[in-house]
Amino acid sequence: MAVADETSGGTRNQGSAPQAPRAAVIVGGNRIPFARTGGAYVKSSNQDMLTAALDGLIARFGLQDERIGEVAAGAVLKHSRDFNLTREAVLGSALSPETPAYDLQQACATGLETVIGLSNKIKLGQIDSAIAGGVDSASDAPIAVSEGLREILLDLNRAKTPVQKLKIIGRVRPKDLAPDAPNTGEPRTGLSMGEHQALTTAQWKITREAQDELSFNSHRNLAAAYERGFFDDLITPYRGLNRDSNMRADTTLEKLSSLKPVFGKNLGSEATMTAGNSTPLTDGASTVLLATAEWADAHGLPKLATVLDGEAAAVDFVHGKDGLLMAPVFAVPRLLARHGLTLEDIDFFEIHEAFAGTVLSTLAAWEDEDFGRTRLGLDGALGKVDRAKLNVNGSSLAAGHPFAATGGRIVASLAKMLHEKGSVDGRPARGLISVCAAGGQGVVALLEAA
Amino acid sequence: MTDKYTQLVSHGLGKDVAKRLGLPQPVVLRRYQPGAPLVTGPVLVIGDSAGADDIATTLLGWGLDVRRNALPKEELGAIVVVLDAVQHPRDLSKSVLTAGTSLRDLAANARVVTISRTSQSAPSPASAAARQGIDGLLRSLAKELRAGTTANGILLDDDLATTSPSALGALRFFLSGRSAYVDGQFLTVSSTSGMLPNDSDKPLAGKVAVVTGAARGIGAAIARTLHRDGATIVAVDIPAAGDHLAAVANEVRGTALQLDISRDDAGHRIIEHAIERYGRLDIVVHNAGITRDRLLANMDEGRWQSVIAVNIAAQLNINEALMASKYFKDAPRIVSVASTSGIAGNRGQTNYGASKGGVIGMVRSTAALMESFGGTINAVAPGFIETEMTAKMPFAIREAARRLNSLKQGGQPQDVAEAIAFLASDAAGGISGEVLRVCGQQLVGA
Repeated sequence: MAVADETSGGTRNQGSAPQAPRAAVIVGGNRIPFARTGGAYVKSSNQDMLTAALDGLIARFGLQDERIGEVAAGAVLKHSRDFNLTREAVLGSALSPETPAYDLQQACATGLETVIGLSNKIKLGQIDSAIAGGVDSASDAPIAVSEGLREILLDLNRAKTPVQKLKIIGRVRPKDLAPDAPNTGEPRTGLSMGEHQALTTAQWKITREAQDELSFNSHRNLAAAYERGFFDDLITPYRGLNRDSNMRADTTLEKLSSLKPVFGKNLGSEATMTAGNSTPLTDGASTVLLATAEWADAHGLPKLATVLDGEAAAVDFVHGKDGLLMAPVFAVPRLLARHGLTLEDIDFFEIHEAFAGTVLSTLAAWEDEDFGRTRLGLDGALGKVDRAKLNVNGSSLAAGHPFAATGGRIVASLAKMLHEKGSVDGRPARGLISVCAAGGQGVVALLEAA
Repeated sequence: MTDKYTQLVSHGLGKDVAKRLGLPQPVVLRRYQPGAPLVTGPVLVIGDSAGADDIATTLLGWGLDVRRNALPKEELGAIVVVLDAVQHPRDLSKSVLTAGTSLRDLAANARVVTISRTSQSAPSPASAAARQGIDGLLRSLAKELRAGTTANGILLDDDLATTSPSALGALRFFLSGRSAYVDGQFLTVSSTSGMLPNDSDKPLAGKVAVVTGAARGIGAAIARTLHRDGATIVAVDIPAAGDHLAAVANEVRGTALQLDISRDDAGHRIIEHAIERYGRLDIVVHNAGITRDRLLANMDEGRWQSVIAVNIAAQLNINEALMASKYFKDAPRIVSVASTSGIAGNRGQTNYGASKGGVIGMVRSTAALMESFGGTINAVAPGFIETEMTAKMPFAIREAARRLNSLKQGGQPQDVAEAIAFLASDAAGGISGEVLRVCGQQLVGA
């Protein structure tokens, strides 16, 4: 129920004084279908898509004119005009214009980090409600002028006389006119994310067949989830798109196995990573509504799950100590240890499929006795992930991966899965989220059915 | 809003030219605006029965300028002809002819309303003849009226006073701009249930209403109108229409429920959503519908089945869940959108006609089941309504369909919504199992 806050202007205290930490509840989520780059959202900006995702969330939960405690979202590929992206999206939405907002950016972990950060504010009693989210457009990506041209233009701006201006313009060389488009290359290694993962995939001896099978399952599971209406209250269509355009419900292992490798081609016969088992560039946006249990009850809204905890990690990929996308391998054991849990205590695993090889390398590292002892400081291997509990409603290989929007997609879907599962052996169902990110980072989180 | 031709011939030169050429002269209809007066001028109440006196007293109580005898050359807002006591066709003449002498004094967008009794309950053949005679009289008169003026009738069961709550509710509806595109129609009042609203601009205050097919067109107009009348809206449509649905839900400050109503658990999902979010469910408007037109000779099973599934089977299924629910027991309202295609038929629409005829049958049968807990169920049958769908019709066919009614224009989605809002209100508690046509008195067909 939309309850307009009449004490506008921030006079009402949104939180209560810090006492014992409170639970941060996931009420639900909304995203727009993810579109392959250059597709349905080719003319949509980050702000357009984030606003659409917000408005769908507002409609689903009746949040019109509501002053939400805080909204946090972000994008990985940002235009300079997106400097206050989230606040601008809030102002364009049906929320109360008195809702504060901030941008956050942690590469592909952006979306999950907004959930964790806002949950912490709720737990601390600083706010009672929050919306976390993320958006990315690879279609509408910013293109910058070359560094040379940029310096010349700035000098030109400072020049005072026509003579000075002419001199400066004379410095322009043809090579300066080539635009500087964004890429997924790591600044410190010059290698693309796919090339980095190809090294890791080979290091952990992940087979082509295993990668194709993981991709096949992702498409099959996502299509099945659509068919049974799982996404009916998680997605709002946008620009004529009802489902993730990357999804191939009819793909087969044969088709996937026929694709040529695109990454690690210098590895020869060990080149296993194809367009079929890697995520494509994607456009999309997602949002998650978080609150205290009391706020959800007062608004007659569901309580799907609670955000128990989160953990970030980073690896030294620059010197080759670990693979670029392997940070979650270290974050998960730390998170589980903090709660006295093992992999066997988890009912759903949501491991972001940047590449099939990323997921499989992660699982291989956790199953490796030596790695567990020497790198994780355990008595042996961390353990085995029951594959029947892994990405059961599909993940990024099928849905696509608009960088900052992936965290929100996973959190909302997992919260709904946990709610449907309810309890396991008399305790609330548990879910683990793992998201790898550029820069050798990883963010993981633990959710529990509410 | 109004079509271009109507705009052209409503003013100045266009008006003169149309008049000289004998072209149709539709006027811009008087549509309800919150706070607007009920009628545009004095109301002449005709009839010598006690029921007529009661109506005159009631209208005075509403603050209207009431006449029991016409003043020469005075422009009238409405004529109410009370014929509740007629025993024989001969008894009609005095009141009817009196009304006739005042017709030229009616303002544009005025109203003629008759109040009489149902012929089914008549005690004698002569009484039945008199009562049924009013049916033919009113429908003919409606075709004679000009300039947006309409004629509609209220039929009372035998033991009901002219001032029973829903008789007055129906009278207010017919007098007001809410009934702009309802012409030549009757509403039967069959019980003393119902009550007039405290605030006539917010007759649905405190109610929670579900509207299916709310993403666009008539459904979106229903959501807006029920919201304007004070209801909290649960807007339902298929997941694929979710973006339009979200826009409507945000506009009316309600919630969007993406749901395929032909799912087996649709009724349960609707009840669950309304109760969880709002703690109550008062009104369900079955508006969602599809067309899959083909001549029957070319009809495939898919086209036939999908229309039946969405347009009528889903309504039957949802109604079963509603009537079994403990949350749908406090004088609830169901209003279905039927169609004049379900009454008069339409070439190429055997499937659609079957589904919409089915809606009418369902409404009549379900009324008895709703009675025990004070619930009502009614249908509204739209004629030619200006929507995205009818805008796609070929020009000549559209123009013909638009003009072939007594008001010489298509209706607006809001017109359908206004009729639904009335039938969903407390004031309509004594009206159930009825089909109200919102068609401007379509000239062809039934």
